[in-house]
Amino acid sequence: MTAELGHFALILALFVAIAQATLPLVGAHRGHAGWMAMARPAALMQFLLVAVAFGCLTHLYITSDFSVLNVVQNSHTDKPLIYKISGVWGNHEGSMLLWVLILALFGSAVAAFGANLPPSLRARVLSIQSLIAVGFYLFILLTSNPFERLIPAPVNGNDLNPLLQDPGLAFHPPMLYLGYVGFSMAFSFAIAALIEGRVDAAWARWVRPWTLAAWCFLTAGIGLGSWWAYYELGWGGWWYWDPVENASFMPWLAGTALLHSATVVEKRDTLKGWTILLAIITFSMSLLGTFLVRSGVLTSVHAFATDPTRGVFILVLLIIVIGGSLALYAWRGPQLISTGLFQPISREGGLLFNNLVMATATAVVLLGTLYPLLLDAIDGGKVSVGPPFFNAVFIPIMLPMIAVMAVGPLLNWKRGDWRAAVARLWPAMVAALLAAIAAWALVTDGPLLGIIGMALAAWLGIGTLVELSERIRLGREPLARSVSRLTRQPRAAWGMTLGHLGLAVTIAGMTGAGAWVKESIQVMAPGDTATLAGYEFRFDGASTGQGPNYATTMGKFTVSKDGGRAIVLTPEKRVYNVSGTPTTEAGIETMMSGDIYAVIGDQGTAPNGKPGFVTRLYFNPLVGWMWGGLLIMITGGALSLTDRRHRIGAPASSQRSAAAQAAGAD
Amino acid sequence: MRGRLIFLLPLCLFLVLAIYFAVGLTKDPKIIPSALIDKPAPEFNLPPITGGTGPGFSTADLKKGTVSVVNVFASWCVPCRAEHPEINKLAKMGIVPVYGLNYKDQPQDALAWLQKLGNSYTAIGADESGRVGIDWGVYGVPETFIIDGTGRIRFKHVGPIVGDKLETVILPMIRQIQAGGQ
Repeated sequence: MTAELGHFALILALFVAIAQATLPLVGAHRGHAGWMAMARPAALMQFLLVAVAFGCLTHLYITSDFSVLNVVQNSHTDKPLIYKISGVWGNHEGSMLLWVLILALFGSAVAAFGANLPPSLRARVLSIQSLIAVGFYLFILLTSNPFERLIPAPVNGNDLNPLLQDPGLAFHPPMLYLGYVGFSMAFSFAIAALIEGRVDAAWARWVRPWTLAAWCFLTAGIGLGSWWAYYELGWGGWWYWDPVENASFMPWLAGTALLHSATVVEKRDTLKGWTILLAIITFSMSLLGTFLVRSGVLTSVHAFATDPTRGVFILVLLIIVIGGSLALYAWRGPQLISTGLFQPISREGGLLFNNLVMATATAVVLLGTLYPLLLDAIDGGKVSVGPPFFNAVFIPIMLPMIAVMAVGPLLNWKRGDWRAAVARLWPAMVAALLAAIAAWALVTDGPLLGIIGMALAAWLGIGTLVELSERIRLGREPLARSVSRLTRQPRAAWGMTLGHLGLAVTIAGMTGAGAWVKESIQVMAPGDTATLAGYEFRFDGASTGQGPNYATTMGKFTVSKDGGRAIVLTPEKRVYNVSGTPTTEAGIETMMSGDIYAVIGDQGTAPNGKPGFVTRLYFNPLVGWMWGGLLIMITGGALSLTDRRHRIGAPASSQRSAAAQAAGAD
Repeated sequence: MRGRLIFLLPLCLFLVLAIYFAVGLTKDPKIIPSALIDKPAPEFNLPPITGGTGPGFSTADLKKGTVSVVNVFASWCVPCRAEHPEINKLAKMGIVPVYGLNYKDQPQDALAWLQKLGNSYTAIGADESGRVGIDWGVYGVPETFIIDGTGRIRFKHVGPIVGDKLETVILPMIRQIQAGGQ
């Protein structure tokens, strides 16, 4: 009964969405206030209905109702409750339901908080949002129904993929989808603006918080995903340039560019056409990611069960949404007149440079991800473009951007003086030099990139602090006044400072872990020791045990450096009862200087002839900084979101123009 | 005019990409399961389940001139349990021999499973290592193949045969291949 209720609620949501996608749009075109007004209740209703559907599926999972195929395929009675719940979105059908739930959530948020939006803009935004939803409801109902029954019901389920039974991955998809789908807001606003033929500061002020919120979630999602890969895949790596990872990284790059160009639209009334295009591209990248993951056109470590009919459906959806919006852009885009002029060396110029680099980087990742597909399509054989391509192309593109990032915020709007800006950055230059020397002295045999990376991280980090101290006139006014300036900084300004600072910390982490990682693989019998990066790992043996739904072999390592404090690592190798799949749980100790990381593998024979285990030991320098930096970035974004300007939304000027428009429509 | 053309560029780029996607969709980047269709079944010679009775199962069994069905199953696979009554039903109809390919299973588990749910396979081959399954392109159990009298794979069904799948998919396909002559 619950399954049918959920299914029915989803069908109802489709019909509400169809109404919401058409009537307000027509109403806005004809100036029909009543039709426009129905968008808000419809959006709230839609959310309610999808929430019911989602609640029903969750209930089926919690109660282990094995008469539902989706539950059978992805659940098991022995599974801990948290994974019963996360199992809801740990599969194709359920994750699509989560997708539309979040889409409806954002739509209802506009309906609930959009009281001060011009009515026609609000109606159009909600209609576009709903138009996307219609496509996804049809997709779920026609090709991926999570409520399908299985008769006769088996006694138990197949269990969720053990790799997904992990706290990091339980929250990874919701975060990622809040990001992906959050960009639909910027998209809907962009399309609505194209239809209205008007982009102004008020529009940008509305788009920015939505984009920022989506960006924060996406950053968190990507961070969780890489953290999970780091400790669960057991290879010490944290980014594999896998198609699915790239699918989340491309919208992040484009979204970051959008965030910056929307600032220019808001402050300087220029770069309008570009910003609209970025908004379209950012959401298109989210949709493309969905297509790549679900259609089976590319292989990936975490591919969903693929189905060609789904692929065709998503491709058609993609062509309608992306093709349609780009056609609209080609038609209406030229009418967006920018008024603000600026010199190449200016704050706008810096932000434009950021945009160009981010767009190029997005294109590079897209090319690398799709290259196997493109080559296969022209019968060029099956190839795979791996990390070597991305590292060789992506990193050189990003280096100049990081260099400019410290300078940009010090430039004035409209016309800047780069000599003066660089002159003020002398502490950053000193820091970069010191970091390079330190990196070179500490890791004499490391790659050049390690030295460059550390120098850039120091340059950006200190450069950002220099900009902050300029803003509070540190040293040029009495300290008390500087401190008072510091406390009165708008939160949006803190967002920028923390965002850039976080990136500097992340770059340091990525450089350390990427360039200086140390690893060793060997067979160790109990009592054996191995030395890595100055740490002595003593293997104390392994014991077996039983988890809720798995059997585990837990190894014990005692690690110490120069006779100092002993650290105990307990990596596990688990074999899940139902699927028989083994997973690794790395034993990790995180320190400021890096992580010591141990993995226990299969049984083997040690060099001394005793029975032992294959062990992999790593020292990942500074790796924790990477996620720490992401946290700082997210904090910055969240702080910026609470800025008064965003909360209050559109300022008086747009109220005036809305009133003028309403008067004009009468 | 030039200004307008620039606004058209993103659309053009996207359309080119969409064409590639459309072509890409027609190709499977993984082992192409349909690649085996109309090809001779891979050569193999499997022993029976250790401790069980009956003969093993080899390629020769599939070349006896009659259409046959090969069902890939395992005791650890829950959908197999769901489809097993249908497999028994098909075997009892007597229109085709139904062979079992016991995939990556423990012998004692498999025997207990068959004891409990009934064993109506003509013969079972035990593929403990999963080596033969790889040759057959098995990527999830259960899978069911229909082989014509000359030992060529003519049809593959992925997933459990439950609901009306036996009547609407498997039986018509068997009849069609039987009628089509070998």
